[in-house]
Amino acid sequence: MTTKQDKKGVSRRSVLKGAAATAGAALGSGAITGFPTIWAQNIKDVKLRQFGTGVSNLNDVAQKVKEDLGFTLEMTALDSDSVTQRAATQPDSFDIADIEYWICKKVWPTGNLQAMDTSKIANYDKIVGIFKSGKLTPESVIAQGTAPHSVGFVDGPDGTTFAEEETGWMTLIPTIYNADTLGIRPDLIGRPIESWTELLNPEFKGKASILDISSIGIMDMAMVCEAMGEIAYGDKGNMTREEIDKTIAIFTEAKKNGQFRAFWKTFDESVNLMASGEVVIQSMWSPAITAVKSRGISCVYQPLKEGYRSWGGGIGLSKSLSGLELDAAYEYINWYLSGWVGGYLMRQGYYSAVPETSKEFMSENEWGYWFEGKEATDVITSPTGDKLAAAGETRDGGSFYDRMGAVACWNAVMDENQYMVRKWNEFIAA
Amino acid sequence: MSDQTQTIPLEATMPAATGKRQSHGMSDALSGWLMSLPLALILFFFLLLPILTIVIVSFWGATEYSIYPAFQFDNYEFLLTSPVTYQVFLNTIKYAVIAWAATLLIGFTIAYFLAFHVRSLVWQIALFLLCTIPFWTSNIIRMISWIPFLGRNGIANSTLMDLGIIDQPLEWLLYSDFAVILAFVHLYTLFMVVPIFNTMMRIDKSLLEAAYDNGATGFQTLTNVIIPLTKPGIMIGSIFVITLVMGDFITVRFMSGSQKANVGRLISNDIGLLQYPSACATAVILLITVLLVIAVMLRFVDIRKEL
Repeated sequence: MTTKQDKKGVSRRSVLKGAAATAGAALGSGAITGFPTIWAQNIKDVKLRQFGTGVSNLNDVAQKVKEDLGFTLEMTALDSDSVTQRAATQPDSFDIADIEYWICKKVWPTGNLQAMDTSKIANYDKIVGIFKSGKLTPESVIAQGTAPHSVGFVDGPDGTTFAEEETGWMTLIPTIYNADTLGIRPDLIGRPIESWTELLNPEFKGKASILDISSIGIMDMAMVCEAMGEIAYGDKGNMTREEIDKTIAIFTEAKKNGQFRAFWKTFDESVNLMASGEVVIQSMWSPAITAVKSRGISCVYQPLKEGYRSWGGGIGLSKSLSGLELDAAYEYINWYLSGWVGGYLMRQGYYSAVPETSKEFMSENEWGYWFEGKEATDVITSPTGDKLAAAGETRDGGSFYDRMGAVACWNAVMDENQYMVRKWNEFIAA
Repeated sequence: MSDQTQTIPLEATMPAATGKRQSHGMSDALSGWLMSLPLALILFFFLLLPILTIVIVSFWGATEYSIYPAFQFDNYEFLLTSPVTYQVFLNTIKYAVIAWAATLLIGFTIAYFLAFHVRSLVWQIALFLLCTIPFWTSNIIRMISWIPFLGRNGIANSTLMDLGIIDQPLEWLLYSDFAVILAFVHLYTLFMVVPIFNTMMRIDKSLLEAAYDNGATGFQTLTNVIIPLTKPGIMIGSIFVITLVMGDFITVRFMSGSQKANVGRLISNDIGLLQYPSACATAVILLITVLLVIAVMLRFVDIRKEL
């Protein structure tokens, strides 16, 4: 994820080829989905520049936008640090920011993004409760950290401070989210793993790993320390200096004792560590598990009794968007929530903000496997055609409600972030 | 190769040195300056200016997502009072010294073999080119290819276990200081071979014959004739290796599995977290350290005189 690359969604030739069909396509999509359709002859000139992290900046999405909506979406994939920096410092370099909620907390005060009018969002009512009231179901307890709803709304179109409840003005339209946990190699461990404490279990000395991205790594550490009963956190997503010190101290000691084989920073590294057997238990991301499995190696995204560390991303609009471009951006958002992208993302193991529209773009088998946690009735393949699961297998962690209902903490940015980063550097150098 | 890189800066910095000739119309100083102008401009814009920028920014302040102009010593204060800094610099120097010693030993041996044992020029060139073949692929690929080789279930461990030499896989082969230094030596030995080979080729063979005629043993010839005459090559190679190792960050990150730190990683971490001023301050300190090391090395051998 450290590589920086520009992904041009559509080549010049396909733009020319598509120009004639554009009018029809734009009208056609309008007719099917019932969105307001912009004047077809203008929209083909619109080019929206989107940037974000690799997970949802997919070329397939840009291509589909061209087909369905007629305008060009130019995608740039960056790592999360660069994303934060660009959103905060270069507002004119993008039209649409695809960022995580904790990044939003950092970036919103700079005034580079504009709030979105929820009355223009067709599927607003169907967006999952996590992003509106904060509760997945009415009886859910809101997890610690930067919960998406807490930075999801502002008071008005020009609001700079976050509102407590739904106001009709959204900062980010949620697009993608998931619940993260530890990945394990069941064939090399050979016994059930149930708790985050296992990461520091001496049994796995020299065979454990944690990710070297401070803002996420510290959360995984906190999950472990809390599970061990060593530290009782006020809020794992917003630790005090003392809590940070204690957490880092526990892990520094483990590091000196040789608990860790390596730390990883990129997706590929985590896959290789796991697939080669260097590591049997580590922090991991969902698609990395999939990548290990697709090599025919058993790997489980182990649900743990203390719950998941969750994250969510959404798209925000640049302050400088207006007129036709702004209309196109709203149309894009409505299209995003109308199901095709959701289906695409859910077939990779992520969740969509409006699951019910995504359902129409998934087979019954896929919906059952990914969302409902049922046994697959047939082979499950990724959007790119790799086999992910055979008939009879179930998803690690079960259904959507089982997984997202067990979130213990959201990815967050702390008040003591700079202090934490310094301590993290000491941990790496120790 | 080393000739080129060494003489060009000399002309740039000492334009008046050629001023003994009579020139027509233009004063010697002026034509000298004009001749050195293109290089001076390039060095100014692509070397001096960036370094100056780094020095200036090292006094700036930073928030989480922006930097602002200021003149403060906070970055240096934090850097110089943190025990981590000293630990990391020590580690960097450790890597540099060990990698230097290993590349010197291997590089000198290879160059010696090529220069004095291989008799025909054709073979010398052929074998020399053979040494450069690994350089047809990128640095990163050469480094990363060690990982599957050294891993717990890698070729090295499985071979040793098949031969019955060990029962358990050797854990320290990968993600350790050993792996880091191995990669450094592999990557940078050629930088030692080339300049040493170059100087060795210029040693007048009759000197060796004279030594032999005077009854010197092979070892005495080596220590009294060859090594003293090869010093400039050794020094140039050493400068290459030491500056490359001290400025590296990616080798340390990959081969130690992110578990070890050197100064380069400290800087790259800061950049990743948008702490540019702090990264600049670290870079300035690193630059000073490297310059000091090279200054000390140049006290022993005057490269200019011997080229």
